[in-house]
Amino acid sequence: MKLRILIAVALGALIMFAGYAALFIAPDEATMHAIQRIFYFHLPSWIACFTAFTVVFVANIGWLATRREKYDALAVSAAEVGIMSCTIGLITGPLWAHPVWGIWWTWDARLTTTFILWLLYISYLLLRGLLDEPARRATLSAVFGIFAFLDVPLVYMSNRLWRTQHPQPVILGGKNSGLNPIMAKVLLVCVIAVLAVMVLVLIDRYRLELLRREADGLRLEIESRSAIPAGDSGD
Amino acid sequence: MSSHSPAPAIGLRFESVSKRFGTFTALRGLTLEISPGEFVALLGHNGAGKTTLLRIASQLMHPSSGAVTFVSQNGTVSPDQARRLVGLVAHSTLLYDDFSAVENLKLFARLYSLDHAEERVAQALESCGLGWRATSPVRTFSRGMRQRLALARALLHSPGLLLLDEPAAGLDRQGLAWLGTTLARLRGDGCTVIMSTHARNESLELATRAVNLSGGRIDRDSGSGGDPRPLLSSLREEA
Amino acid sequence: MTTPHAAWILLTKELRLELRTRELLNATIVFSLIVVVLFSFAFDPTAAEARRYGPGLLWIAFLFAGSLMLNPSFAREQANDTLDALRLAPVPPFALVLGKMLANFLFLAIAECVLVPVFSILYNVSLAGIVWRLIVVLFLGDAGLVITGTVFSAVSAHARMRELLLPLLLLPILAPLLIAAVEATASLFADPPALDRTWLSVLAGFDVVFLTASWILCDYLLEE
Repeated sequence: MKLRILIAVALGALIMFAGYAALFIAPDEATMHAIQRIFYFHLPSWIACFTAFTVVFVANIGWLATRREKYDALAVSAAEVGIMSCTIGLITGPLWAHPVWGIWWTWDARLTTTFILWLLYISYLLLRGLLDEPARRATLSAVFGIFAFLDVPLVYMSNRLWRTQHPQPVILGGKNSGLNPIMAKVLLVCVIAVLAVMVLVLIDRYRLELLRREADGLRLEIESRSAIPAGDSGD
Repeated sequence: MSSHSPAPAIGLRFESVSKRFGTFTALRGLTLEISPGEFVALLGHNGAGKTTLLRIASQLMHPSSGAVTFVSQNGTVSPDQARRLVGLVAHSTLLYDDFSAVENLKLFARLYSLDHAEERVAQALESCGLGWRATSPVRTFSRGMRQRLALARALLHSPGLLLLDEPAAGLDRQGLAWLGTTLARLRGDGCTVIMSTHARNESLELATRAVNLSGGRIDRDSGSGGDPRPLLSSLREEA
Repeated sequence: MTTPHAAWILLTKELRLELRTRELLNATIVFSLIVVVLFSFAFDPTAAEARRYGPGLLWIAFLFAGSLMLNPSFAREQANDTLDALRLAPVPPFALVLGKMLANFLFLAIAECVLVPVFSILYNVSLAGIVWRLIVVLFLGDAGLVITGTVFSAVSAHARMRELLLPLLLLPILAPLLIAAVEATASLFADPPALDRTWLSVLAGFDVVFLTASWILCDYLLEE
């Protein structure tokens, strides 16, 4: 317990430092100025989102292969965390785009892919909510989750072919990718901070899910034990 | 049906089989061995696990833990081989209401790749007394007629293991008599039968063994080769 | 029994059942016709605009009609648990899914045989000279729609509110298919028509990815 508080405090400090670094340490960007600083949280939230959805995919396969309930609990937890990160990405994106591009939204490949991704995993959670029997819920939602994940490259590719307006990759792109060394360091700090927060939230959500399931099981056990002498008068 | 040589009788072995539906446990580590040719009456209250046991035996359902193996006189039978030799009469009829009796049976004859399908289907319909309604859609049938057709469907491929989930439900006096003779003939052919039923059912006289389930466990078992009658009569009194 | 043989038996079963009731086909055709007609009220397009928006209109109509039509595919097996009867039979699980996919493909293709000529007449879009190439696009697009749709029909059949759920599951997955099918069709409606092969390969890729996934996952899809 003490360790967990310690970790939470350390993470809080890290994320605050990341915020400070993004706002005050990183140099001003030449054309976009202050608004560009949103990028230090926009990109990490994206990375967190894709990481979380990859975890969902792996957990889906894990459930189908092993039938261990922890994989199903992990899948639903990661899907929720992924949607959270995805939502942050979808909100910070337009906030950044409006002053820079002059529009809130554009049907560019990465934006569209993220939006579709967001819809797919909302559907995933909806599906889970509408399936009652737990093992069946886990299996059928795993099938859907795998289909959804396989769809991501197809969505991206088709949108890329369709039209693209996003700033060309500034970080990993070729020699002209003008990210100065301080910017790169601040970005790295931010990525680590956001990912760490995501992992912490995911772990907590996962533990909550396991506890919830245990509680449900115990409640049912109590009900079934107290019901036997009273009810069940045969057929 | 009887003109086709009966398939080898299939027995089965449940080894600490459990089945959970989320937080509800239908079977709790059930171990049961049924030899080829036995006629087992499966008894117990609603929710005791009878249907789950039959569905696992039919391979429609996988156990959550434990194993089921199929055996014949000549040793173990693979699950795939067993699948072809299992017949099931479930709570639902497993029939297409929009198809006629003959269309339903023909479909399953094709799926089981049976030889002489036409002849076999005609024979099956005659023997269950539905020959005169062969081409009417099943939706026009009475409950009893559907139940007969459901049994004819389960017997079409001459199974070596017949699983019956309360087959008497919906049958009138005549239907019950027909069920009794059909089951007697199957028993004579050496087919293994597991029938979930109520203690009041008349076909119970055919049983060579009685197993009572309670809360997903075997509560009482008259045993292989034992006399099921004492157990059956005591269960009848309880009910 | 081999998968193709079993799938063939199940396909004939689906066709016979549909011939008996004609529920799916009638509803699908009428629904997609309504979409096409309503579109003209909503946009009152000129001939040039019809060429421009026609492909999108057609594919939106197909997708919506498909997501309605696919719903009963597995749901109607639940009336008497007939899916259990099929699962009991010694046929490979993929054959059950494949049989339904083929049947749904045929239903959709028949609906399109009615819809596309009607569209061409109502919107003055001439199909002369592009029929065969259009069929290729329709074939690849329908295949993707039916493959994912049939699988999701099996998924949603067990859920509450399944009629509402299937479009929610299906339509986002179909986003790449919609883009590719619309662009490929648009390249055919252009003057002069020139079929864009890039989009054809996106469609084919979509079909291959999801057909393979259904083949791998069909055991889990049908089990209990």
